[in-house]
Amino acid sequence: MVPLTVSELEETARKIRSKIIEMIYHAGSGHPGGSLSSTDILISLYFGNILKFDPRNPKAGKRDRFILSCGHVCPAYYAVLAQLGVFNEDLLLSLRDLGSPLQGHPSLPHADFVEASSGSLGQGLSVGVGKALAMRIKQEKEKVVVLSSDGEQDEGSHWEAVMFAGHHKMENLNLVIDENGMQLGGETMKVLNTEPLVEKYRSFGWEVYQTQGHDFSRLIATFSNFNERKNKPKVAICKTIRGKGVSFMESKERYHACTLSEEEYRKAMEELS
Amino acid sequence: MEKSMRDAFGEAILQLGKTNPKVLALTADVEPSVRLTDFAREFPERFFNVGVAEANMIGIAAGLALEGFIPFCTSFAVFVPGRCFDHLRVSVCQNKANVKLVGSHCGFSNAGDGASAQSVEDMALMLSLPEMTVVCPADGVETRKAVLAAAKKEGPVYLRLSRAETPFITKEGDNFEIGRASILRKGKKVTIIACGSLVAEALVAAEKINAEVINLSTIKPLDEETILSSVKKTGRVITLEEHSVIGGIGSTIAGFLGEKFPLPIKIMGIPDVFGESARNYQELLDKYGLNAENIIKEFEKI
Repeated sequence: MVPLTVSELEETARKIRSKIIEMIYHAGSGHPGGSLSSTDILISLYFGNILKFDPRNPKAGKRDRFILSCGHVCPAYYAVLAQLGVFNEDLLLSLRDLGSPLQGHPSLPHADFVEASSGSLGQGLSVGVGKALAMRIKQEKEKVVVLSSDGEQDEGSHWEAVMFAGHHKMENLNLVIDENGMQLGGETMKVLNTEPLVEKYRSFGWEVYQTQGHDFSRLIATFSNFNERKNKPKVAICKTIRGKGVSFMESKERYHACTLSEEEYRKAMEELS
Repeated sequence: MEKSMRDAFGEAILQLGKTNPKVLALTADVEPSVRLTDFAREFPERFFNVGVAEANMIGIAAGLALEGFIPFCTSFAVFVPGRCFDHLRVSVCQNKANVKLVGSHCGFSNAGDGASAQSVEDMALMLSLPEMTVVCPADGVETRKAVLAAAKKEGPVYLRLSRAETPFITKEGDNFEIGRASILRKGKKVTIIACGSLVAEALVAAEKINAEVINLSTIKPLDEETILSSVKKTGRVITLEEHSVIGGIGSTIAGFLGEKFPLPIKIMGIPDVFGESARNYQELLDKYGLNAENIIKEFEKI
């Protein structure tokens, strides 16, 4: 794929964000806050030549494996895949419809482009570890990338996987944390303080990167490290804004999961046009 | 001859290791207890002790299975579904991942350790999961066959094994198929449907009361045909399990027959209580009447 320029990436992000709003509005429910905060991360992974992936054949043998561990932000994931041409864009508005491949959380039996079903937090990294272990046994050169959220750092079994990956020096495993500072019950620092994340991951044997999560040059430069082998797993902690791109949704609790009113929909779409 | 199911498991997984390079063994730090030591020595690159972290083991197994391997996850029956239920639900079953779950030390068979180590509810949890196959072999011979069959069957399979030494009541030459129950003794007065190590007790009782004995080695999917044709003949049923009477084979069969062929039924199992320590496994079985003598008494009441 020809790399996009930063202004093309920004234009893509604007389009993806308006799709997210449209999808959640039409579905009558969904998670706009995290979807909007993770949009630039997902675009960087898929459009920044980080993930080896063939949109015409998303499950082709030689590919990087991507797992959306924070499955509730799937509107962003689906919109990115549609933009890549994995499926027709018209399908996006079927989000959460009965029988739609675009389930409210990614579901492998419904959508074969999904690497693993998710939605229950704290499991995606374990599954990613399993895939990375399998690829190690099969001697495949490709990598695994798991997207997690800062709220997900509360889950105990996530840290079981962190420990395992560090202990086994899983150099083909990469984690991205969308650190938007909020979870369902409010600010992550107030609900359950998981800081200092950098020191925690380092002490568990991980290589740690930090970046601002809405700057394409920096995101892509950070994620480029995923293509190197460092004899340890890698994590990129990306500082983001929940609801990014829609001014009245930014860092507001209401927009973790909600139904968008017609008024909110109209205002958001105006901002994103 | 007697052998514990876990010894039979250890032998079967070793055999699988030699014949199928896709078979992997995982354990949450109970390697010797589930007899994985030989496999671990023979195939170190295909053996993973994940530490005392059962939930992570299940997630890892899902990832391995989605990449084409056949991982066998081992722990105690009390932990496999109990501690990992949501990982089984989402990462395994909602992916239809080809993961095999081995729960050893089921029921009271870990007698000394008491309530926290005795699984009275694992089948109820496993039976409630869509996509899950639930197998509870009756002896060591059947355990070996069940392990080999589980490896061949695509999709999640739970193998419920006892720690106890159990007599051989099936033979090498007997046919074993997942999803198929077998009639171990023909009889006329009552059908005793049992699973696991208690099938042996059912056979002892059956001699005295002319009972037909069904070894329900697969609980899900249920072999409805074998059950129906037997109960139509005998007209009465006793179910027997080393598990809570809530959500195990008794509930399953009562539900099925209540709809298809209502008839008198006695559900024998562990009442709605947790286990407790005992020096001797048999003491616990006797406390709850899970023996041949009590089967005969219950038969006289229905």
